[in-house]
Amino acid sequence: MVNTIVFAVAALVVVGGALGVILNTHPVRAALSLIASFFGVALLFVLQEAHFLALIQVVVYGGAVVVLFLFVIMLLGVDATEDLNVEPIDGQRVGALVVGAAVFGLLLAGLFVSGPGGDKGAVALTGQPSFTQAIVENPAFEEEPTDVDLLADDLFGRNLVAFEATALLLTIATVGAVVLVRNRGAEDLVVDEPGSATR
Amino acid sequence: MEVTETWYLVLSALLFSIGLVGLLVRRNPLVMFMCVELMLNAVNITFVAFSNALDDIAGQTAVFFVLVVAAAEVVVGLSLVVAILRRRPTMSVDELTALRG
Repeated sequence: MVNTIVFAVAALVVVGGALGVILNTHPVRAALSLIASFFGVALLFVLQEAHFLALIQVVVYGGAVVVLFLFVIMLLGVDATEDLNVEPIDGQRVGALVVGAAVFGLLLAGLFVSGPGGDKGAVALTGQPSFTQAIVENPAFEEEPTDVDLLADDLFGRNLVAFEATALLLTIATVGAVVLVRNRGAEDLVVDEPGSATR
Repeated sequence: MEVTETWYLVLSALLFSIGLVGLLVRRNPLVMFMCVELMLNAVNITFVAFSNALDDIAGQTAVFFVLVVAAAEVVVGLSLVVAILRRRPTMSVDELTALRG
């Protein structure tokens, strides 16, 4: 019963925030609606006992990503609102709604035509035993492993190479961001920045 | 009423569709990025729902990687937006028709 109420509240927050993102003409309001949506998703993660992911969701998405969005909005000027009443391409709005409804319908159809398969367990779907089961049966764990234990074992066990690759990816993204926004040419160097003129 | 994974999947489909409609309708590149984030979050809900239903941690690991890739994507995308809009101050992707700076 409590689960149902929490799910309903979280679903309302998620969908309301998402609608706020696409309906607000002001980008700052859209970003704040995005935070609401992310927090709703974090609530859904807690409800499914993915506590670590809920934490990461709040810190990385609700914190870092949205703050980055707000930084860029402030950098480019906060007054730039978008007039949603003008339709630059004829029928774009209707077409987008039709495509969205079609995708939603297809997803629902795929979901309900395929029928329930979850109770059969991972073996029925993938042909392999659940990785969680292997960890739980590992005698190295004396007590019931939490979601952090399981996630760490999976991440630094069989996904170690992928984990290292994400480190490389983040480094490349950081370098790419610096290169993209860097001023090209020496005459573009701003003199009023302290330190740049003395070089 | 018991909350089953079907509820989560329906909610995820709804969130994905909302993000898709926003991506197709909006013309501000920043808001379009936010809609992409919404769609990524919809997929994350699906991953965690299946992870919970199948009792397999691999779904949560996938969400972890989606988070990292989304963060990298936002960094590169926003620096692209900054680099483009510094030269021509218009907040609409319709104005960006040339493949040069």
